[in-house]
Amino acid sequence: MQSFIDGLIASGVFGGLPAEAVYPAMMFLFASLVVFGFVLPLVTITIWLERRVWSRIQSRVGPNRVGPQGVLQGLADGVKNILKEDVVPDAADRPLFVFAPYLLVWGFLATFVVIPFSSALVVADLNVGILYITAIVALSAVGVLMAGWASNNKWSLLGGIRSAAQVVSYEIPAGLALLPVVLLTGTLSTQGIIQAQGWAPWDWFLFHSPFTFIAAFAFYISALAETNRTPFDIPEAESELVAGFATEYSGFRFALFFLAEWGSLYVTGAIMAVLFLGGWQVPTGWTNNTVVLNIVQLAVFFLKAYFWVFLAMWIRATLPRIRVDQMMSLCWKYLVPLGFVNLVGTAVWMVIWPEGNPFVPYLMVIGTLALVVIFFRRVLYHLRRAKPELYFNPAI
Amino acid sequence: MSLAGYEFEVQRDDGLATEEMTLNMGPQHPSTHGVLRFVVKADGEIMRTALPDIGYLHRSIEKISEKVGYHGFMPYTDRVDYVSAMQCNQGWAMVCERAAGIEVPRRGEFCRIIACELGRIASHLLSVGTMVMDIGGMTPFTHAIREREKVNNLLEDLCGARLTFNYMRIGGVAWDLPPGYAEQVTAFLDRFEPFIAEYNDLISYNKIYVERLANVAAVSKEEAINYNLVGPNLRGCGFQYDVRRDEPYSIYPELDFDVPVGTGEVGTLGDCFDRYMVRIKELKESCKIVRQCLDMIPDGPVLARVAKKLKPPVGDAHVRVEASRGDMGWYVVSDGSEFPYRTKIRTGSFSAMSIVDKLSRGIMIADLIALIASLDVVAPEVDR
Repeated sequence: MQSFIDGLIASGVFGGLPAEAVYPAMMFLFASLVVFGFVLPLVTITIWLERRVWSRIQSRVGPNRVGPQGVLQGLADGVKNILKEDVVPDAADRPLFVFAPYLLVWGFLATFVVIPFSSALVVADLNVGILYITAIVALSAVGVLMAGWASNNKWSLLGGIRSAAQVVSYEIPAGLALLPVVLLTGTLSTQGIIQAQGWAPWDWFLFHSPFTFIAAFAFYISALAETNRTPFDIPEAESELVAGFATEYSGFRFALFFLAEWGSLYVTGAIMAVLFLGGWQVPTGWTNNTVVLNIVQLAVFFLKAYFWVFLAMWIRATLPRIRVDQMMSLCWKYLVPLGFVNLVGTAVWMVIWPEGNPFVPYLMVIGTLALVVIFFRRVLYHLRRAKPELYFNPAI
Repeated sequence: MSLAGYEFEVQRDDGLATEEMTLNMGPQHPSTHGVLRFVVKADGEIMRTALPDIGYLHRSIEKISEKVGYHGFMPYTDRVDYVSAMQCNQGWAMVCERAAGIEVPRRGEFCRIIACELGRIASHLLSVGTMVMDIGGMTPFTHAIREREKVNNLLEDLCGARLTFNYMRIGGVAWDLPPGYAEQVTAFLDRFEPFIAEYNDLISYNKIYVERLANVAAVSKEEAINYNLVGPNLRGCGFQYDVRRDEPYSIYPELDFDVPVGTGEVGTLGDCFDRYMVRIKELKESCKIVRQCLDMIPDGPVLARVAKKLKPPVGDAHVRVEASRGDMGWYVVSDGSEFPYRTKIRTGSFSAMSIVDKLSRGIMIADLIALIASLDVVAPEVDR
């Protein structure tokens, strides 16, 4: 990105403008392009997909009216939300109330800066990339707490407090689960972590050792908790706290909360893909065209990220919500000790096999494949036994 | 009683003064199952007390009976407990028959029991479905509602209505079973009985679900009797009492069915999970009863000849029916005119509300939701 701007400056596109003015302007332009051209469509599509996946699991049909198969439903909802009155309660702390959704959205938008969509498509390959993500994600907790407090509503307050407790607690297992990968690569840069992996599953860090395998799922669970997804959606638990921190919000501010929620869902999947699934890595040598290569890499990265997004949707449709105390005990009694075990275990593993164990990755790939096959056979068995009345036509 | 009458002081070791938070849960709250209101005093997430404030759905149904006469009151009984209106129909019909000394034709009794047990299946499906939804699982709810739709279709075939049936009449039922009804019901039951096992696989023994319900708000047998819990709430405490079996009415003595009780299989006896599980098991028993009725049903009329202006002799009558929410008492006093002098309905949800305050002390806000859901409270039945 920087080299691209440097090239433009050198070719004299900006005339005599100083480089200090060109950099922020170009960054701003590029950021808006990313936000409006990629993130917003991504979020609306994710919301639509979630609703469709969810309704299939629940033997419903889901939104299928606006646009082909209802893909434009998010657009319709967005327009509706813009047209709604933006109510600020009299008793609310007005500045905080108005500001809170923006903070939340910043928190997730800023993470897109370091997500590498392909070998060339990354806004900034920061050398503290992963650390930056863990730091910036915590902004959303501030936003939620702010919304809960400023609404001057007891349900909102409870939701905000719950969210603060949850995010602060789960930052720790999430951070601990990142550390094995950082140990293995010796870098915090997202591009560096991807380059340390290969395109084949046995080159991924997910299958590097049993410890990284566990770390991946510990991170995923913590990330679900940080993004308030079921079974950790207790900050907005609709059957307990009405709508939690979002109770008093309406109009587009309300929509911003959901933009952030589904946006961070994709961010979670992207981080999982970067850390454990080899990111954009594809087999090399079959093309010399950089553009084609980057598009293929983008598609591969997208699919890997969306696998985790889909898993989160599936989990949401399957599991009930856990209680606040159970959430806390899961974090401090199980995930945090597990994180330390993974960290020490990975270190020991690296001392014994500095280049990685030659057989374990293959064994783990085979074992995982076997598990997946067994799982789908079981699903088939249950489907046959239950004689479900489902629509098998995906075009309904 | 003043709702502000309960004041708790929070003592802290470091001498800092804290206040308890008063939360108004309801009347418009997603999980109070209608317009119920709870005034919750909470210390953070821990509740000190939750006082039910009832009366938001009071429609003077008992008073209405004094103005519309015996026959005319039948549609109103649907509204006593609109989730399982059949048993309310049956209660009113039975109390009037007892007051006036009317004999119901045998086929009419069978029609009633088939309708009632289908209604019980519908009601329990709604109960177990919303219970999971209150805990946070969305999918089992839609699956339960999908099956309930089929019951509603069957009941629609029977009486033309899906919610407020108005099917029964004093002296029998309004219509005979439609042609081919037995086959339809059997087909449904054949599909439905495996569904119960499927539902258990889906959610009942889910780890998170069990953790949320086990050991929450356990009621002992003595407590349940003292607080007058009835129906599945009472049986969930391990006390085997069912009006259908212990004070038999209609044709229940001829039928063979079990009375499932709570076993404390995952935690304390009488906790939320036991109450939930009793309902799941009762689904099976209801299927059994419907099958037997379809086998045994005789031919003949379904409605006895009853005077258009029914004037029971001076006196009173009381019956108890096992409604979906337990022992429902119907009491009517007749002064010999065509209007009841006084009607009294005693419902299970109303007495269940009295124990909420006691059980809610010291549990978490999320547990209160589970508690209300497991008591299967239906707001119109509380207030009538």
